[in-house]
Amino acid sequence: MQFMLLFSRQGKLRLQKWYVPLCDKEKKKITRELLQTVLARKPKMCSFLEWRDLKVVYKRYASLYFCCAIENQDNELITLEIIHRYVELLDKYFGSVCELDIIFNFEKAYFILDEFLLGGEAQETSKKNVLKAIEQADLLQEPRHEYFNVPVY
Amino acid sequence: MALKIVKGSIDRMFDKNLQDLVRGIRNHKEDEAKYISTCIDEIKQELKQDNIAVKANAVCKLTYLQMLGYDVSWAAFNIVEVMSSSKFTYKRIGYLAASQCFHESTDVIMLTTNQIRKDLSSPNQYDTGVALTGLSCFVTPDLARDLANDIMTLMSHTKPYIRKKAVLIMYKVFLKYPESLRPAFPRLKEKLEDPDPGVQSAAVNVICELARRNPKNYLSLAPLFFKLMTSSTNNWVLIKIIKLFGALTPLEPRLGKKLIEPLTNLIHRALDLLYGMVSKKNLMEIVKKLMLHVDKAEGTTYRDELLTKIIDICSQSNYQYITNFEWYISILVELTRLEGTRHGHLIASQMLDVAIRVKAIRIFAVAQMATLLDNAHLLTGNMQRNGICEVLYAAAWICGEFSEHLENPMQTLEAMLRPKVATLPGHIQAVYVQNAAKLFSTVLKSQEGSTEGTAAQETSQLMIDRLPLFVQSANLEVQERASCILQLVKYIQKLQQKEVEVAEEVSALFAGELNPVAPKAQKKVPVPEGLDLDAWINEPPSESESEDEQPKAIFAKEEPKHSRSRHTEVDEKELARRREARKQEQANNPFYIKASPSSQKVYQESPGVEHIPVVQIDLTVPLKVPGLPMSDQYLKLEEERRQKERADKKKKEKKKRKEKRSGRGRRHDSGPESEEDITPAHMVDIVTEEMPETYILPTPDNRLLTMSSTSIFLFFFIEQKSSKHKKKKQKKEKEEKEKKKKKKHHHHHRHHSDGGADESVQNGTVEDEEPLPVSMCLTLNHKVCDIQGNLQDGSQVVVSVIFENKCDSLLKSMEFNVLDSLNSKLQRPEGSGPHDGFTVPFQLPPGVSNEARLVFTVQSIVMPQKMKGTLTFIVKNEDSSIHEKLDFKLHFTCTSYLITTPCYSDAFAKLLESGDLKCSSVRLEEVNMPFHHLLARICFHHHFSVVERIDSCASMYSRSIQGHHVCLLVKTTVSIDAKCDEPTLLGNVLDEIKQTFSQC
Repeated sequence: MQFMLLFSRQGKLRLQKWYVPLCDKEKKKITRELLQTVLARKPKMCSFLEWRDLKVVYKRYASLYFCCAIENQDNELITLEIIHRYVELLDKYFGSVCELDIIFNFEKAYFILDEFLLGGEAQETSKKNVLKAIEQADLLQEPRHEYFNVPVY
Repeated sequence: MALKIVKGSIDRMFDKNLQDLVRGIRNHKEDEAKYISTCIDEIKQELKQDNIAVKANAVCKLTYLQMLGYDVSWAAFNIVEVMSSSKFTYKRIGYLAASQCFHESTDVIMLTTNQIRKDLSSPNQYDTGVALTGLSCFVTPDLARDLANDIMTLMSHTKPYIRKKAVLIMYKVFLKYPESLRPAFPRLKEKLEDPDPGVQSAAVNVICELARRNPKNYLSLAPLFFKLMTSSTNNWVLIKIIKLFGALTPLEPRLGKKLIEPLTNLIHRALDLLYGMVSKKNLMEIVKKLMLHVDKAEGTTYRDELLTKIIDICSQSNYQYITNFEWYISILVELTRLEGTRHGHLIASQMLDVAIRVKAIRIFAVAQMATLLDNAHLLTGNMQRNGICEVLYAAAWICGEFSEHLENPMQTLEAMLRPKVATLPGHIQAVYVQNAAKLFSTVLKSQEGSTEGTAAQETSQLMIDRLPLFVQSANLEVQERASCILQLVKYIQKLQQKEVEVAEEVSALFAGELNPVAPKAQKKVPVPEGLDLDAWINEPPSESESEDEQPKAIFAKEEPKHSRSRHTEVDEKELARRREARKQEQANNPFYIKASPSSQKVYQESPGVEHIPVVQIDLTVPLKVPGLPMSDQYLKLEEERRQKERADKKKKEKKKRKEKRSGRGRRHDSGPESEEDITPAHMVDIVTEEMPETYILPTPDNRLLTMSSTSIFLFFFIEQKSSKHKKKKQKKEKEEKEKKKKKKHHHHHRHHSDGGADESVQNGTVEDEEPLPVSMCLTLNHKVCDIQGNLQDGSQVVVSVIFENKCDSLLKSMEFNVLDSLNSKLQRPEGSGPHDGFTVPFQLPPGVSNEARLVFTVQSIVMPQKMKGTLTFIVKNEDSSIHEKLDFKLHFTCTSYLITTPCYSDAFAKLLESGDLKCSSVRLEEVNMPFHHLLARICFHHHFSVVERIDSCASMYSRSIQGHHVCLLVKTTVSIDAKCDEPTLLGNVLDEIKQTFSQC
């Protein structure tokens, strides 16, 4: 996998993970272009599209689009499965996750993603193991530091 | 010191944390850029502080801003600072920021090498983990070179958590620093057999990715992967391995053979999934894909597997998903092109099944089958039993049976009599011969009408010339049929020479349509009276006799077992075997409909053959699209149809939008095309195996009516009796009032049989008006059902009528009509006049009953009502149909307007005290039953509930559909004092109660 983007229906980027080193300018350009392409697509259209020399796999969950770019030989269906697994992980961790969870705790969303994927490859397919690793890492964190208080909204 | 800490924390209280920043940005939608620039200024201040917590907070905020597209490269050094914190909390933030913001040209990366190395060797696995994760995002060739060894060591870490991360990141390292691959590879290979499944899958991932770039080097790993593939249950891993083999097999052809078995196992799983996935919409596309695989498939086993799957998928649930049978026939015909299949029989039985049951398709099917017969030489390559030549069996039968649809019957007849046919298996030849005769009769008919006798005589000559070939057949069935038909044709020719017209008589040989019959249909035929199926027709032969004179098999070797097990005691096994054999036979017999795997009975409402909707095929569409295989054209048509529909929908939507703009129209959500939208082009004549025996459930839309307040059930039983002393059609009229009521289900209409009139009072009555010319036994049963009333709809009464046909003719076109009174009116369907009848929405085959519900609107409920009505219907016999009429009276009693309503004693007392109620009383004469029986009777027949019972008296309550309260005080002296807010209603109810008890 080359990168993963999460963005809202309004076109706001919520999370980005790049597994290929690109400069900021290039990243911005890709993000803008993909956002426009994906948001313009109708709900019944295919979740896969060819884009440049890559394949883009996206899926919409409520107001959020999860969008991955993979290489040509990669399997789209397993990528959809990865997206879904990530959503399941977020859901388990936050407890029926919503967009706001990801906005306000975006670093947690990254930590979970990093336990699940590494270098663009699935590193752990067991949900239980991923969540266990996150929980234990959270325990190591400063006890209830005010900066990491979960916001009340 | 203490002061400093306090000051520090106070300072921090004024800092924004990440959440504040996010909230702030959301609150400054208008001047976001300005707000963020002040935030960045604040962050810059925070970064200048010594406190690492403050710095980490600042870096965290920067990571967020970076995502929003702001340049944060100026803070790279601060990020490195936070990464180097000894506390995991901050380290985590630092690495996250680095992985998001750093790229190969970030110069501070050089500074991180030692810090990362330190973290990699940290005793805390999460420090190591965070470093590995971060590194995977910003690894540069330099970092890869410097850290390759450290990471390689981590691949053998004691914790699987670290091992799997190390294995995965090695891939990135190999990409940046390819020299590291050679020393690391043995260890990577080792990891394929790691005890931890996570590490194993990581290793598979890395090797698969590597192999994709250069498959040749990884051939040696094939046995190892093969083992993994057969043992692993992790789908994620399996997918990767299969992909890897995809890259390896071109280099090593032998691998392909080895892979067939495990792969076909996987494919089977996928095919099973397909079976459940099909819908009306996607069936054609799915089958098209499968057909492509059939073409490509190499092994016959796999191809046969695909073939059966295609047929399974299409024929499931009585062809539920097929919308176009022309398409399906084309698919079947295409499947006949498969060489070496062992499922010829399956295809043949499908052809027969479809051609027989889908009337509308016959013209098309016959044309296709004629082509098959014409090209029979293409199919006869495989002569083995169950080979593809089996389809000729179906083709010959269809062409013969439905020969009236043939475009060129002469040509088909000629094709069926070719000498080559004699090489076909015997059972197929037999069908050929028999159907050639059918065709012959059709040909004669057309020739005799149009041309002079010569053409017809030539046809006879053709038969006479060709049939002797079959007479010589070694197969006795063929021989017998052929010689019989040959003699017949010779005789016909003789007549033709005398210029006698014979076509009409010849075609009489095969007259009449053979209709499909459900396998269990035989059960439905009642055993005629006086017929004992178990009795012997002749005296049973003695045992010894049968053993001595065991007849020698004349025609073929008969299984000895068969002749011995001729009667009485047959063991279970034998029975099962016979059942199996019978099923087999039925499966081969086109006149039996196979039991479908699902028990769905979709079209139960129309069990007869008459109801087959014949759908016109739009022939303006050219049937063949050049350059495309046949079945594809249907897919194309289907797509076009959908496109058109979509376009139409869009148009409509546009219109609607326009309307909306003009401020009127309401916008409907035009959802995706639902399954129901797809109208099948042809309907299957589905005579399900379970035909209704006696009682058809009310259709669901009728059930909506149960909402209304009260319903009266009337049971009509219509019986036709031919009295012996008069002539057949002279009938006796009989009326029978049935007053027996049962507590249980009103559906148990069979209660009429115990019809002694032992109890009295009915809530609704049907009475015969006058003697009828036809003997109709009209039995009535009626019942107010215990449905809790919808009191808001106090003007509705639902009458449920059960019609039972007791005569042995079909009753149809039943029309139920009632003469409306001022007070009560039958609710008629919209658009019909006040004198129109209610058309009963079903027909009644003999012995069947069904229920219809009629809704009446009633204005006043204080008085009982009688309504006159008639039921007209047509009695349809085989040869005639008579229009009949039945008069009746519908009696709405006041009780039928009451609903059992429970009432608490205090509420009851209040009600009585209120003084709104009028009083009345009645004495029941000659009632001789226990008090509780009496109460139960009132409760049951008149819908009361007991409020309280004290010694010798009981209070009871009920309520009318229009909300009248009815209160009773019943005493053991059998007097009833009653109160009600509507004196007329009360009087009538009391009269009815009195009547109930006077009749017992």
